[in-house]
Amino acid sequence: MLAVAAERVWKYFGDYPALRGANLEVEAGSCMALLGRNGAGKTTLLRIFAGLSNPTKGEVRIAGTVGYLGHGIGVYDDLSAFENLTLFGQLQGVADPAKAADEALERVGLTRVKDGMAREFSRGMRQRLAVARAFLHLPDILLLDEPFTSLDDKAIAVLQSLLEAALAGGSTIIMSTHQIREAMELATHVAMLERGLVVHTGPQNPEMLADPAWLYRTYGEKQ
Amino acid sequence: MTHGFRTAYAIARKDLRTELRTKESLNAAASFAVVILVLFSFAFPLERDEFYAISGGLLWLVYSFAGALIVNRGFARELPNDCLDVLIASRAPGWAIFLGKAVAAFLLLLIVEFICLPVFGLFYNIRWTDSFGSLVLVIVLATWGITVVGTAFSAVTVNVRVRELMLPVLLYPMIIPLLIGAMEATTVLLSGEAMAGDNLYSLQLLVVFDVIYTALALYLIDYVLVV
Amino acid sequence: MREKATYLLGALGALVMISNLHTIFVGLPDDALQGMIFRIIFIHVPADLVADLFFTIALVTSVLFLARKNFIYDSITVACIEVATMLILVNLVTGSIWGRNQWGVWWTWDLRLTTQLMKFVLYMSYLVVRPAIAEPTQKATMSAIIAIFAYADVPLVWMAIRLPNVRTNHPSPVLGNGKMAAVYNAPFGMGMLALLLIGSALVLLRLHQETSQREIDSLRRELHAA
Repeated sequence: MLAVAAERVWKYFGDYPALRGANLEVEAGSCMALLGRNGAGKTTLLRIFAGLSNPTKGEVRIAGTVGYLGHGIGVYDDLSAFENLTLFGQLQGVADPAKAADEALERVGLTRVKDGMAREFSRGMRQRLAVARAFLHLPDILLLDEPFTSLDDKAIAVLQSLLEAALAGGSTIIMSTHQIREAMELATHVAMLERGLVVHTGPQNPEMLADPAWLYRTYGEKQ
Repeated sequence: MTHGFRTAYAIARKDLRTELRTKESLNAAASFAVVILVLFSFAFPLERDEFYAISGGLLWLVYSFAGALIVNRGFARELPNDCLDVLIASRAPGWAIFLGKAVAAFLLLLIVEFICLPVFGLFYNIRWTDSFGSLVLVIVLATWGITVVGTAFSAVTVNVRVRELMLPVLLYPMIIPLLIGAMEATTVLLSGEAMAGDNLYSLQLLVVFDVIYTALALYLIDYVLVV
Repeated sequence: MREKATYLLGALGALVMISNLHTIFVGLPDDALQGMIFRIIFIHVPADLVADLFFTIALVTSVLFLARKNFIYDSITVACIEVATMLILVNLVTGSIWGRNQWGVWWTWDLRLTTQLMKFVLYMSYLVVRPAIAEPTQKATMSAIIAIFAYADVPLVWMAIRLPNVRTNHPSPVLGNGKMAAVYNAPFGMGMLALLLIGSALVLLRLHQETSQREIDSLRRELHAA
């Protein structure tokens, strides 16, 4: 069963096409790493999946609830960690937002500071709060845009364990990334984007793990 | 629908809570409004009785200045940490996000207005308690108009480089008819006339304005939020 | 080809305008009450009517842009609004001159002048805000929203300045109730035609510029992306 499907998706910014008929199918329960250079269309595609942007042409199908972690952490500085998460639970229509918030704080190890303002948190704590927020409603599909780029070690460890647990629980993960090594530990599949097109999709293989540049050499644009 | 209203309530509560914690726009709007009130007494050195004739105009200029400061924060409040993306990607419908933020701005502006009203009465010796009920109705109707248009434009300008400049440029021309109606109704009330007969037209104008722009904003907000 | 047609349209408009000016100044007698100055009506009123037509087209194309996301509608909208705002300025200036002559003041808060001024201010805000939005899709979308909001405001302004205590002069309406003498119908119609042709030529010219501009922008982006 497909969790996410993009069919000939175009996205124009003005007359400039950031996506030029991209096709992508992601099986439910798999972890798809979106690779490609800056400007290849990874973020644009993820934002369309998350409902933050409308495709100009083409069709997108999403089967299930979505959790999104973008470049910003998406939490309010002037709310406490607990308030941030209950608000998000209410937005998502979670049955018991307070309980869901407590559980989410537990998962990322922020229970001790649940009433502290996000503003007063260290960078790493804020990132973990962001991760807690994205996972709060235990979404079927997780969309992560460069999730490892700005995280500290502890947050990376928290995120990786949460992603593993989510995968084990049957969730689908799509993440864009430059950090091929971190991504490959989780990814079951990879998709290569180039100039707004998906030029390669397939299961992860050992060559990719051993040599990050292999994929770019094999499927990338000829230099 | 129920989920929509619930999320609108949650967003309004969040906006009010963060604003009451930081008081950024409340303090700015209230102090700015009081300064304008003081300035007007030098701009219009009139006798006490003459002030009644321009009382509605004075009050609504002050209120619209304060209103621009309040709605300026509207969607701009969602920019740090990309919170707007999270709101839109959540299950909350666009109209509920808009409604929640408009209601919060409405209540904040009402707070500023009811702080200014006694100050205004005091400075200019104007009795505002006689027709308080009708005055509240006028203030509520016109304030909703200012905040609904203001919040819509705060969403329109949220990604504009110089949004603090552009929001007033859009807001003031659009609310001119609303302000004309509010000024007239307020002058009528403060001058001790009854809100009846021809004087009711101004109230009708406020209602028509509110209905048209509330409907337009709720309907068009999805186009603004997800491009 | 398209450019030639545009210039032809403009030239035709200019010809009609010149021949109509001849009719107005040479062919028509002075007005019994207003004398010479009444002739301004053949520019003053058509300017507003043509402007209103373009504003209405801009409303329709704004809605169409939101529905179909085709940038041609955005280009038509901005072209129409620019030309219409300029025509409103023509209407305001000629009205002001007329007012100076007839009422002795350059400006008065008369119902029509006030409405026209509000229209001018409303659509000026469209023209001021539009260039501040960088991303083309956002620019077009937000512009369409502003254009729709502005159009909805005009009847409200119309309502507001009719409130009982708002101070305005009321000139009694001339058009549409048969008060204008039949001899004026032809020059009035020609005045409409002239401004319609010139206005359309300007809109087409701006449309052409907008389209070229968008192509240049997209080529530039393509270059940066490569």
